[in-house]
Amino acid sequence: MKNEFLPPKSLRDVNTHYCSGCGHGILHRLVAQVIDELGLRERVIGVAPVGCAVLAYNYWDFDVSEAAHGRALAVATGIKRSRPEKIVFTYQGDGDLASIGIAETLHTANRGENLTCVFVNNACYGMTGGQMAPTTMIGQKTTTTPWGRDPAFGEGWPLKVSELLAPLKGVSYLARSSISKPQGVRQTYQYIKKAFINQIEKKGFSMVEVLSPCPTIWKKTPIEAAKWIDQEMVKEFPLGVIKE
Amino acid sequence: MEKNKKLTKVLMSGNEAMGEAAIRAGCKFYSGYPITPQNELTAYMARRMREEGRAFVQAESELAAINMIFGAAVTGVRTMTSSSSPGISLKQEGISYLAGCQLPAVIINVMRGGPGLGNIDSSQSDYFQSTRGGGHGDYFTPTLAPWSAEEATKLVVLAFDLADYYRTPVLVLADAIIGQMMEPVGLPFERMFKKKLPKKTWALTGAKKRPANAVMSLLLGDRVLQRHNERLGRKWDKIKEKEQRFDTYKVQDAKYLIVAYGSQARIAFEAVDILRKQNIKAGLFRPISLWPYPEKGLKELAKGVKKVLVVEQSLGQMVEDVRAALPLGEISFLGKAGGGIPLAKEIVGAIKKSL
Repeated sequence: MKNEFLPPKSLRDVNTHYCSGCGHGILHRLVAQVIDELGLRERVIGVAPVGCAVLAYNYWDFDVSEAAHGRALAVATGIKRSRPEKIVFTYQGDGDLASIGIAETLHTANRGENLTCVFVNNACYGMTGGQMAPTTMIGQKTTTTPWGRDPAFGEGWPLKVSELLAPLKGVSYLARSSISKPQGVRQTYQYIKKAFINQIEKKGFSMVEVLSPCPTIWKKTPIEAAKWIDQEMVKEFPLGVIKE
Repeated sequence: MEKNKKLTKVLMSGNEAMGEAAIRAGCKFYSGYPITPQNELTAYMARRMREEGRAFVQAESELAAINMIFGAAVTGVRTMTSSSSPGISLKQEGISYLAGCQLPAVIINVMRGGPGLGNIDSSQSDYFQSTRGGGHGDYFTPTLAPWSAEEATKLVVLAFDLADYYRTPVLVLADAIIGQMMEPVGLPFERMFKKKLPKKTWALTGAKKRPANAVMSLLLGDRVLQRHNERLGRKWDKIKEKEQRFDTYKVQDAKYLIVAYGSQARIAFEAVDILRKQNIKAGLFRPISLWPYPEKGLKELAKGVKKVLVVEQSLGQMVEDVRAALPLGEISFLGKAGGGIPLAKEIVGAIKKSL
């Protein structure tokens, strides 16, 4: 038997605009692969965030809408309620989902909207040049925390959105993974697939939080960035299925 | 729309009437957030949308509401939200995105007093916000101002048609009096727009037997946004040319022209009758479209007129469009803000003072 390694049909053959070592390329591919595998390409509608992944429609070869900053889940709610037979997902970063859009995140989850959410946690605002995000680690240097994030200076603690959503009855599935290693990439694929199957089975709100490297903003090489996830981020954001 | 043409009159508030009009216009998704004086509209939609098997969501915020209808519009269904002044301010970002993405949607503003939290009395102080784009970026929103519950129903239906025809968000600018007052409303509602509506080939419905569609307002690259904005500009020009609407009362021989819209036009209407009884040749010019402003009609009418009095429930906003339309005209202004309403006798007094 011949095993061919082919890119998913839902992924366009184009050059990437993402930085080297960025996690978005892997994640875009994983989402596309799940959509292919579940045969959803002709009924899926994606919602792209504001942030580096706003250009997701350049990579995915299926219907995609832009959303204002933080409003992806509100837009997805409007799409899903208008066309319940479609499969609707959002793809959002931490600034988008956990900061400016936290109200939409909380209430979409609490309504139990039958949606899938891919939450990319890279502990910073990437596109705007590396400001502190709600998920920024204690001590992590950003342009707006030049001495490192410090709760003593009113900069708060890393916000654990998955844990925050876990008690809500509308939430059917929560999992956190990391794409720092091939093993984690395979795990992430399984989680995302499960989050889409849940929607097909009308189980309610499903979210997969993915710890994803941002070497440019973290001022690390791709390898150092992956190590930082494994050694530091996972302590604050433990991996695994949080709710099922 | 209903096939049964038999006219029945139903006693409804303007808020309820606008809700029913939206349902009859085929609105498939509504989302709103509580704010006075438009709550009856949201409550009406909560009940009727479920009865019709359509979608209603009470949103967690005005931001969520406008973005939910953005999502509905993306899929090509007819969709509407409603609010009142402070809530409409919050929705402006979403309205800008709707305009940039060229998505059809209807937004009802039942105006109250401002600025800030203001009060819940009738006001017309959102005229600038409604007719000058309101949010960020270079855009306009067609704005329709009803003067009765019944007209509000017709304008809501028209708003859906204009939105679909021009692929743009459309505002219905009512005020607390129009929203709250109960009046007989004719059913079924009349469709004023006669042009054929284009197919929504741009809508996101799943990429089946066609290339993938994308809805976006982010337009990077050399002059891409510039060209997009120029296309939008041609659209605004076309709307300015084709969609000016107004009504008049006793203007044929009028020497004194009163210009007012919405509930204030009802009061000006009464003032015209009082003045006519006193043998003063007064008439009423009532803009129905506030953007585009019916300047062609106003210019034509003003030819035989000595003086123009603009009356508003504001410190003077529409009066700027009247001055722009009639640069050589003798124009005076009567207005009250913060819930104050210029009365018929005050309008009569203002006209008589100018004799």
